[in-house]
Amino acid sequence: MSSTVAIPATEARRRLGALPLTLLLVAGLAGTALFAGARFGLVLALGLGFGLVLEGLRFGFAGPWRAMIERRDPGGILAQLLSIALVAAVALPLLATYPDELIGAQGRIGWAMIGGAFVFGAAMQIVLGCGSGTLVNAGSGNAVALVALPLFCVGSLLGSIHLNWWTELGALPPIVLSGGAGLGLTLAALAAVAVLVVALAAPGTRRIQRHHLLAAVLLAGLAIGNLVVAGQPWGVVYGLGLWAAKGAVALGADLSGSGFWAAPINAATLKGSILTDYTSLTNIGMILGAAWIASHRAGSLDQPAPRLPLRGWVAAALSGLVLGYSSRLAFGCNVGALYSGIATGSLHGWVWFAAAFAGSALGLRLRPWAGMEGKR
Amino acid sequence: MTRRHIMFAACALLAAMLALDLRASPPNPYNAPAMLALGSGAAPVGGFCGAPAGLSGS
Repeated sequence: MSSTVAIPATEARRRLGALPLTLLLVAGLAGTALFAGARFGLVLALGLGFGLVLEGLRFGFAGPWRAMIERRDPGGILAQLLSIALVAAVALPLLATYPDELIGAQGRIGWAMIGGAFVFGAAMQIVLGCGSGTLVNAGSGNAVALVALPLFCVGSLLGSIHLNWWTELGALPPIVLSGGAGLGLTLAALAAVAVLVVALAAPGTRRIQRHHLLAAVLLAGLAIGNLVVAGQPWGVVYGLGLWAAKGAVALGADLSGSGFWAAPINAATLKGSILTDYTSLTNIGMILGAAWIASHRAGSLDQPAPRLPLRGWVAAALSGLVLGYSSRLAFGCNVGALYSGIATGSLHGWVWFAAAFAGSALGLRLRPWAGMEGKR
Repeated sequence: MTRRHIMFAACALLAAMLALDLRASPPNPYNAPAMLALGSGAAPVGGFCGAPAGLSGS
């Protein structure tokens, strides 16, 4: 005797609609591994994992910072700190043991870096999307993020062209907390920030939600995987700037006069395939992973695009440009500087954290003025 | 317009960029590095958001 369970027509249509994307992802992974190399296929798979976790478990950076600033709800930030600590506990010993094969997310603390992080923090609250957030939001059907993303790429390219000028205003060489002492200092500092945000939290909010806890652990695993497979930490901004640089070259621009793009590593990346650039692969994976989750989440894609005034769309585009430019000056965004920077011992990650958080407080005040939400 | 249209637009833009790049710079699997950087004995050569020591602003 057999029994069948009826699937509602809308559910069946949704599942059928998601099938081409699933097949595309499988083909993309196989094709990348086959035609570019196994390492690149693996990095794309890690990127998909980042997208699945960030969108599937609703883990982000801009939202939790907003929750802390506006409602003194520290749960999301605590999850971020936990995730960074988990990565640091593995990454710092690995970096100390295999310095010839692995590299951390080093950045130079300087005026432009600090200013860039502050401005990035403000802009990410205007569009409610940081580096990873803009990719994941665009993939899951967020119109504001899709408007911001191309300008993010252009901004990152412009920032890379001007980077040397900005850095010459004054910057220290990279300062890295390494080895056992570096790990101890990093974990102690993360714990101190956790204690601070818990002390500042509103009553009844001092906990990490279960889905954020799971996301923190999964993201840490993926980030460690990124380091082991690619030899470098998880990043976002470099890939976006590369996409715009490749577009500019295709349109006839000559970037050989740029100190940034003339550097041997960057010149080689510019000539090579996007499928052999690690940050591009994880960026692509994040967009597609988020799209896959959205296509499997009931009702998610049937929601209408937001009705914003014209200045809201202009603000989204300009914020994208500013996000790209400022994150290039700041040696990374919330992923490359904050998450990977701190987790691999770079002091600039901590300075980025403080400056971007201060910028976020300003950005939240600018949001209604920018037409992104009703007046509060 | 729904989020579905926007998701498709994002995927279409990504596909167009990849198609153009594959035409201009096809990857060569015979130049592929070892599957894992850890244990490969090779120095990391990928571009990154940060500033590796020794390079000025990059």
